[in-house]
Amino acid sequence: MLYEQIAQNKRKTVYVLIGFFALVLAIGGAIGYLFMNNMLTGVTLAAVLAIVYILIMISNSTNVVMQMNHAVEIKDANQYPDLWHIVEDMAMVGQIPMPRVFIVEDDSPNAFATGNDPQHAAVAVTSGIMQRLNREELEGVIAHEVSHIRNYDIRLSTIALALSAVISILVNIGNNFFWWGGAGRDRDDDRDNGGSNVIAMVFSILLMILGPLAASLAQMALSRNREYLADASGVELTRNPEGLINALLKISESEPMQAADPSSSALYISDPFKGKASHLFDSHPPIEDRVAKLREM
Amino acid sequence: MLWLIVIVILLAVGAAGFYISTYNGMVKSRNWTEEAWSQIDVQLKRRNDLIPNLLSTVKGYAKHEQETLEKVIKMRNQLVEMPADNRQETMAVSNQLTDSLKSIFALSESYPDLKANAEFGKLMEELTNTENKIAYARQLFNSSATRFNNKIETFPGNVLAGAHNFQKVAYLETPTEEKAVPKVSFD
Repeated sequence: MLYEQIAQNKRKTVYVLIGFFALVLAIGGAIGYLFMNNMLTGVTLAAVLAIVYILIMISNSTNVVMQMNHAVEIKDANQYPDLWHIVEDMAMVGQIPMPRVFIVEDDSPNAFATGNDPQHAAVAVTSGIMQRLNREELEGVIAHEVSHIRNYDIRLSTIALALSAVISILVNIGNNFFWWGGAGRDRDDDRDNGGSNVIAMVFSILLMILGPLAASLAQMALSRNREYLADASGVELTRNPEGLINALLKISESEPMQAADPSSSALYISDPFKGKASHLFDSHPPIEDRVAKLREM
Repeated sequence: MLWLIVIVILLAVGAAGFYISTYNGMVKSRNWTEEAWSQIDVQLKRRNDLIPNLLSTVKGYAKHEQETLEKVIKMRNQLVEMPADNRQETMAVSNQLTDSLKSIFALSESYPDLKANAEFGKLMEELTNTENKIAYARQLFNSSATRFNNKIETFPGNVLAGAHNFQKVAYLETPTEEKAVPKVSFD
């Protein structure tokens, strides 16, 4: 059943990523159409930006994401021996190299993993998680994060993060054109012939307004299913579902985080902002569902 | 005629490729079990090095626990002298030692001074760390051994394994207490 889920997840991931990339191109096209007289210029601009940004993020995502979330690296076991040892244990049993370890000073218990592949990966935990969780629970959480690394979820979320960033850059460019005026549409007389153009313009403007919203939707959709999977494969490492169950319960009962960066909220083991908006925007399945699935194991 | 030669060559190449990949796969799996064992071995040695420190720390506080301390030192020495290839016996003694160490950790509850000792706290973390690593390395050993054993016992791997004299790897027994923890399998 788990393997079916993995296969299904991979298919879905491909669809969502293609859709995501298409969205970036469409927004680029809209900007090109509205402000540069040429849809193709916009599409090209968006494609180049997206590829450059993805490459930059993939080569350097750990440092970027850690800085966004105010995380400080710990280099050896002396500062937090139990955390360091647990990460070592989980990396060993998960057969990946030892990831870099970071601490986020925040009283709310939470954790996340990032990077590109198991050779370039990092896990971060909040200082709150160190105070509130016992060893077994922390093991469950770290096993969950190590599973994200093993499943290459970290690369996927890095790409999603880069695409969201590109969308917000494009929309910013569009806004600048809008306020300061570019090589405007209105000067383009010979192609300005009535109704169909108005529709195209409205559509373009709508795309620019709704683009960022769609981007966060796509990012959330990508991360939700992966949480169940990381829970399950994490338990495969520790052979102890109770640890993760108790950890998730403790995390869900706590207050929201202060230090977390909104665009990386999908990375965390549990929504750092305790989202109050509709479920469409949840980056994580409800804790009760995750606990119920873990109890079945 | 030419077609026949081509077909024969293709079959030969295919068979050779299959042979090589199966053989390499088996060697790789066996190396994983060896790697897991060396992890266990490193941790066993580390624990042997830590125990004298632990005992000298505990001695000053828990004078009435001479018997427990002697038991630990006896088992530790037994492990040090154990021949390297006797894995089953090594793990059996190691499991007993784990239990005795747990009772030393429990001592700290009845000796508050001991519990407050910084050195003792540090040693507890170090020993907990080695104990966990031994347990996880054993889990890794057993899952790697399962993979290897499956490869050499199923057809057609078993033919190849017979020809190269690959032997089944014996599993390391898990202490009875740990078996109580719910085990998950995804097969």
